[in-house]
Amino acid sequence: MMGGLALQDFLVVSTSMFFIGIFGFLTRRNLITILMSVELILNSVNINFVAFNYFLHPEAMHGIFFAIFVIAVAAAEAAVAIAIIINIYRRFKSINIENVSEMKY
Amino acid sequence: MQMSFQFTILIPLIPLISFLIIGFLYSKMSNKLAGIWGSVSIFSSFLLSLFTAYRYFFEVGRVNGVYPKILGFDFEWLRFSDSLSAHLGTLIDPISVMMLVVVTTVSLMVHIYSIGYMKGDRGFNRFFAFLSLFSFSMLGLVLSTNIFEIYIFWELVGVSSYLLIGFYYEKNSAVAASKKAFIVTRFADLFFLIGILILSFYTKTFDFISLTDPSNIAVMQTGSITFMGLSVTTWALLLIFIGGAGKSAMFPLHIWLPDAMEGPSPVSALIHAATMVVAGVFLVARLFPIYALGSDQALQVIGYVGAFTSLFAAVIAMTQMDFKRVLAFSTISQIGYMMVGLGVSGYGNEAGLGYMASMFHLFTHAMFKALLFLCAGSVIHVVHTNFINEMGGLRKHMKITHITFLIATLAIAGFPGFSGFFSKDEIITAAYHNNKIIFYTELLVAGITAFYMFRLYFRVFWNQEASYEHKPHEVEKTMTIPLIILAFLSIAVGYIPFGNFISSDSMPLESHINWGVASASIIVSFTGIIIAWVLYKKPSNLPERIVSSIKVLYTWAYHKFYIDEVYLFVTKKIIFNLISRPIAWFDRHVVDGAMNGIAWTTSWVSESIKGLQSGQLQKYALAFVSSTIILSALLIYILLNV
Repeated sequence: MMGGLALQDFLVVSTSMFFIGIFGFLTRRNLITILMSVELILNSVNINFVAFNYFLHPEAMHGIFFAIFVIAVAAAEAAVAIAIIINIYRRFKSINIENVSEMKY
Repeated sequence: MQMSFQFTILIPLIPLISFLIIGFLYSKMSNKLAGIWGSVSIFSSFLLSLFTAYRYFFEVGRVNGVYPKILGFDFEWLRFSDSLSAHLGTLIDPISVMMLVVVTTVSLMVHIYSIGYMKGDRGFNRFFAFLSLFSFSMLGLVLSTNIFEIYIFWELVGVSSYLLIGFYYEKNSAVAASKKAFIVTRFADLFFLIGILILSFYTKTFDFISLTDPSNIAVMQTGSITFMGLSVTTWALLLIFIGGAGKSAMFPLHIWLPDAMEGPSPVSALIHAATMVVAGVFLVARLFPIYALGSDQALQVIGYVGAFTSLFAAVIAMTQMDFKRVLAFSTISQIGYMMVGLGVSGYGNEAGLGYMASMFHLFTHAMFKALLFLCAGSVIHVVHTNFINEMGGLRKHMKITHITFLIATLAIAGFPGFSGFFSKDEIITAAYHNNKIIFYTELLVAGITAFYMFRLYFRVFWNQEASYEHKPHEVEKTMTIPLIILAFLSIAVGYIPFGNFISSDSMPLESHINWGVASASIIVSFTGIIIAWVLYKKPSNLPERIVSSIKVLYTWAYHKFYIDEVYLFVTKKIIFNLISRPIAWFDRHVVDGAMNGIAWTTSWVSESIKGLQSGQLQKYALAFVSSTIILSALLIYILLNV
């Protein structure tokens, strides 16, 4: 056992991280912060994958691999997102998301 | 001895090719070339027709005492089922050979005449292209092997007539006349089509040879099925006759023919005098054995309609002032004669006299009526007016036209020795043997015909000389030569022993002049001529005095008995108001309304919900997250409660 920690403890941490991420995503106006919130959400998912793998199917490795995939995707996503943010900044001279509403009706 | 008639397919095809060539090289061809090209191609058709006639009547001759019906060319076009298929081809029998000769002769004359008449016209090439198209359609019509094929050519003829009436398309009246002609004949063709369908449904064949074979029991037995008191055969034949009446301008479908005079005069001569308008007569003649053996009632209707039309049109013709309109009404009246001939005829031997006489009259009428129209064209060409009260004294200026017109007038008036005398006399004789009412009507009409034709003749060529802007002069050679040829034919064709070639059952029919009847008709037409001579040879106020004494009758006849107005009333006031307008309202408000309603609702809905598309990313995300949460909660709740 990992220092007497149970599965529920991991789930509590990941759920908190997830909702903190959601909250940040919905309330922050700065695009960089929003990106960070998305990273939080992804990492909360990673914790879930690993925890479930470790506690429910210790003999298998699927959860671990999924976590690695998610990390890779997150890295790529961060690169794309930063590129988009830079372009938005060039165009709007701001990274406040409220200013970026060109796509409305 | 079986001889090949394969080449007959060329007779209609040559004008078709000529139409295509003139049509496609429309702007490349010089006028002269187009005129000569058209004339040469119709001339080759003419020669082929003469050759066909010679070979058919003299080389093949009678087989077992009758002229055989020969399929010159046959080609299966559409196969609907094993027993039903539509063929195209050429049928050679006495009347189709006779019609070939008539159509190609008149068409050739009209082509040559038109080279002079249309000279300098902007639409010269178009005119010759349309003439070729018409010749093709008409020749195809007379050669048709089956009722399906004849219907195709029937409509083609209608279209070419439409095109040629509306030839001067800048003139509103010409456009209106062409539309009128097309719509009236098309309306009649609807009944024709229904008739064809009924007839072929019960007889199981389209083919003329089996339809008109008197020994074909299936055809004749359809008479046993009845509908509303008349046999199915009678219904089908009456409907087919309505189609024929539309093309042949029988009352009450005659209204288009006088207006069709808006077309150029050669067109009137070719289409509206000699060939197309007799298509209805030809159609009845083509199906004559069914009419004669299958349905007496239908034949009687034809006889009475013909007799009434001939009288009606003759009365109107007496009052008209427009040169070509007088001739138009005279055409209607003469076609009435032909219908009478068919109507009073029986099948076989002596009883078939009317049939033979009708075909004979068709033949002679084509010659002299085409001549009359071409003369009218010459006169109008020279004096630039259609109204006979602006003409007069032309005999000194236009000698050839004067003489040829006189010959044609004598022919149509039934003057002894001219072709019209022989053919008309035989129709009247046939009527005398069959139906006394029709006989007296036709005798009267013969007198009226003589009167109005000589009224025209004296008024235009004698009487007081009108003041002309340009001094009238004789027309050029290309126009006078056809006149002379047709004048010669107008006399000569009367001496053909017609009964030897054409009779209802193809047996030779000896016809003798019945001198009792003939002298009656001679007296009547002389009376007509003399009255016209008294009234119109010299200027006098006698005609006006007579007119004012029968004012009401004259006004009615002058306005063509207000038939046009009746049609206008029926269409504009009744059909438009009671049927068309409600339908238009329904279309505009209900059909269109439903469509517009759908479009309007869609637009309203999207207008009112478009505010949701705020462009604010976080609002979308909020909606997405909250919906996910709600849905998940719902799912969990449902799963727990199952």
